[in-house]
Amino acid sequence: MPQSLLIISRQAPWAGPSAREALDIALAGGAFDLPLAMLFLDDGVFQLLPEQQPTAVQQKDLTANLQALPMFGVEALYVAERSLQERGLQTHPMNLPVQMLDDSALTALIDRYDQVITL
Amino acid sequence: MKFAIALFAPPHAPSSRRALRFAQAALAGGHEIVRLFFYQDGVHSAASNPVCPQDELDLSGEWREFVRDQGLDAVVCIAAALRRGVLDAQEAERYQRSAVNLQAPWELSGLGQLHEATQLADRLICFGGP
Repeated sequence: MPQSLLIISRQAPWAGPSAREALDIALAGGAFDLPLAMLFLDDGVFQLLPEQQPTAVQQKDLTANLQALPMFGVEALYVAERSLQERGLQTHPMNLPVQMLDDSALTALIDRYDQVITL
Repeated sequence: MKFAIALFAPPHAPSSRRALRFAQAALAGGHEIVRLFFYQDGVHSAASNPVCPQDELDLSGEWREFVRDQGLDAVVCIAAALRRGVLDAQEAERYQRSAVNLQAPWELSGLGQLHEATQLADRLICFGGP
């Protein structure tokens, strides 16, 4: 049985390379067909907003890479309900099919995975 | 127990020192380290150029000695390293850069090495991150 890995992405998309580098771990693991999940937590939820304008800060858009996750076999995608609430984004459209988790579901998710990486 | 150790923090961050002390303690306790994987700003801890005042902790130097003495598998993520200017001779030549700041015992490789280490280990221990 391969070990399962949960990647928790906590940084806003334009707050430095963390969002991209967390995503790169997921995409690399997907290419190896490993049991992976990705959780967007805290400012990481900003990655899911469809209205990104990265050219205004001379950055590349991450959205296309994010949307490649299911194609790489990473279909277990989650977002923390509390993080959305805190930012007034609970009913906001998302650019990915993510499942919203409340606090207890979040705990259960982290428990369920063998290994966790937080970036 | 078999540990995979990932470091994400820069050398001056406390978690970088903790990672080294953890790794030393793991081996001293009879455990195995299947791989060290340096990612994000952790790649700077593998760079050979930092010069420390004599009475300060030389973390990069200690890492290098530790990895060499213990014969550890020590991988630096190539994409993270290139982005931050940490290059071995081959990459410096490939990208026509004048400085080389990564040598053995470190090896540049891809994120697949992190996933492989995670599969080989009982526990993945991460240092740094937000």
